[in-house]
Amino acid sequence: MSESIRRVISVIVVNEASVLSRITDLFSGRGYNISSLTVAPIPDTKYSRLTIVTEGSLRVIEQIVKQLHKLIPVLRVYDHVDFVEKEMALVKFSVDEDISDIAALCEAYNGKIANSGDNTIIAMVADEPKRVSNFLNIIKRYNPKEIVRSGAVALER
Amino acid sequence: MQISGARMVIEALIKEGVTKVFGYPGGAIMNVYDEIYKQKDFEHILTRHEQAAVHAAEGYAKASGKVGVAMVTSGPGFTNAVTGLADAYMDSVPIVVISGQVPMSLIGTDAFQEIDAVGISRSCTKHNYLVTSAKDLPRILKEAFYIARSGRPGPVHVDIPKDVTADIAEFDYDFEVELETYKPTTKGNPRQIKKAIEAIAEAKRPLFYLGGGVINSNAAEEVRELVHKTGIPAVETFMARGTLRYDDELLVSMLGMHGSYAANMAMSETDLIIALGARFDDRVTGKLSEFAKYAKVIHVDIDPASISKLVNAHYPIVGDVKNVVSEMLKLSDKIDPDRYESWRETIKNFDELHPLTFYEDSQNIKPQWVIKRVGELLGDDANISTDVGQHQMWTAQFYPFTRPRQLISSGGLGTMGFGFPAAMGVKAAVPEKISINFSGDGSILMNIQELMTAVEKNLPVINIILNNNFLGMVRQWQTLFYDNRISETDLSMQPDFVKLAESFGGIGYRVQTKEEFDKALKDAVKQNKVAIIDVVVERFENVLPMVPAGGSLFNMMLLEKKEK
Ligand SMILES: Cc1ncc(C[n+]2csc(CCOP(=O)(O)OP(=O)(O)O)c2C)c(N)n1
Ligand SMILES: [Mg+2]
Repeated sequence: MSESIRRVISVIVVNEASVLSRITDLFSGRGYNISSLTVAPIPDTKYSRLTIVTEGSLRVIEQIVKQLHKLIPVLRVYDHVDFVEKEMALVKFSVDEDISDIAALCEAYNGKIANSGDNTIIAMVADEPKRVSNFLNIIKRYNPKEIVRSGAVALER
Repeated sequence: MQISGARMVIEALIKEGVTKVFGYPGGAIMNVYDEIYKQKDFEHILTRHEQAAVHAAEGYAKASGKVGVAMVTSGPGFTNAVTGLADAYMDSVPIVVISGQVPMSLIGTDAFQEIDAVGISRSCTKHNYLVTSAKDLPRILKEAFYIARSGRPGPVHVDIPKDVTADIAEFDYDFEVELETYKPTTKGNPRQIKKAIEAIAEAKRPLFYLGGGVINSNAAEEVRELVHKTGIPAVETFMARGTLRYDDELLVSMLGMHGSYAANMAMSETDLIIALGARFDDRVTGKLSEFAKYAKVIHVDIDPASISKLVNAHYPIVGDVKNVVSEMLKLSDKIDPDRYESWRETIKNFDELHPLTFYEDSQNIKPQWVIKRVGELLGDDANISTDVGQHQMWTAQFYPFTRPRQLISSGGLGTMGFGFPAAMGVKAAVPEKISINFSGDGSILMNIQELMTAVEKNLPVINIILNNNFLGMVRQWQTLFYDNRISETDLSMQPDFVKLAESFGGIGYRVQTKEEFDKALKDAVKQNKVAIIDVVVERFENVLPMVPAGGSLFNMMLLEKKEK
């Protein structure tokens, strides 16, 4: 019961001022955990879609869903069960690293070299968050200069 | 009709049927105050502090069931109002608080009296708005009132920049509020209701657990009927006092930290909790893992987030208590009241073993006697407000409540200073009843400036101070749990409350004997003026029974038995 589980929750909200702080204030105020959060408008609607990855006991997850629902500008909350989840990461390397090795790795993780400059290259992968973590672990030996992860997005099947 | 934003505020209040507005002006809200000056439809009551304006609006709302309104200026005016918002949030009180804000062009520049008001109120309101254009005002104000009173009620804050109140736009208020994202469920699921009735019919020791939601949904009448038809005993939370009459055979008094022995034991022994508009607050349950161990739970609440938050509900029913109980009544023939005869007997025995009582064993008046005595003298004729502390718990234990909305108090937040301004709001809403505020020598000083408002607006609240020269409730914890180290709770240094009242134009009484008390109360009622009755009571009296914080509900510290 009190065992902590990872959960992906999508929230459809009216796209209006301060709606994001309503959500994040709810999490901080009630002591809920946010592992990642992404947000962007849904095309051709007045809504935005947030994807929140959180952790907590079943009871806490249930409360998170209910408390989100209680916020006035929240239209819908999905507590994902059977879903496709993807995350993107960008990694910057020096051109002195073994670029062909990096490129091959990227490919294995659904990515590619997204940009190459005089001194640095930027690699991009898009995959399940766990696999993105794996990728980031493996490329440590190529001395990444900078890493950014997008946070997960998800759709129920 | 093309009018200014300020005028729109007035028009909206009139359309909402508001008769009293409590407030305090300042720079950013002056456009609205200028329109208040020009109108005759509602009365503005100038409190002497913004916190008091919000508590008065709460008192008004709690006593009348209508939305209360408070109005304040930006910056310090707003921050002074925050405690009131938080109080209303915790107790689900429908109020709308309108604050002025610096002009749009100055927002974000650290302008004079600028504060991020909606940022502050976000976590202590049901909803809030920063109005950025006069043309949005009619919609926002109408939504604010709708959200405040519908579903689980609560405070809504509307922050209006000064240029928005000056701007002219079209005003149209004749529309229905349609919020795609907010549709409270008020009708309970019929299948769940049927299952709940079956569970009740099969239970051996069911118990009604009545909470503030019963009062909020105006369901007391239906609840009384259901309790009597089923013959099932009921315990009340602090917030639900008055749902059943004090002398109702089936009422087992209040439960919780200072609940009666019988109520707490009944809750510990029940095999089926029928929770109506109650939220299993920690002051009610004590240690959760030991709470009502044998019980299945039927939980009726309009707020789905209250259900299974702390205690798992086997029969969750989301809906308005009044609706759901009406549906339950239609099926109540399936329940045989005789079935619970021995259970009622068991509870009666609990009560006889340790009745809720006190002993008259000191030179000084016992604080509980004062409460009981006011009950004997005024009973149903009074509405009762309280401040926070021992006197508040004694009021809940010993006042003979006869109806819902008779007790007006700060439950969830426990705000000292709530009682007096709330009592003014109660008096403004229900002038035909006597308005009593039971207060403490600590609490009363937290909004004492309201003597001026009450005198000016002729809101004759009778403040009865149970004066123990202590922050009594904290002193009690220090005595019981901190080896009697009385750290900063001794209030021996006292004002002359009689002169204090008189200096504002009220009446003051200092009382040391029972005879003096009767005389003072009768005189205050007769004179119908703002009054303070300063009653010297036994200093070291403790509120009992007591479940120590975090302890099990059935492990109560009890009154030591003595010969009467
Ligand atoms: C604004 C606020 N500050 C502090 C407290 C903590 N507190 C709870 S009860 C209490 C003592 C109240 O003293 P008094 O009003 O004299 O009432 P008594 O307990 O003596 O009856 C205090 C300080 C509170 N509830 N509210
Ligand atoms: Mg005191």
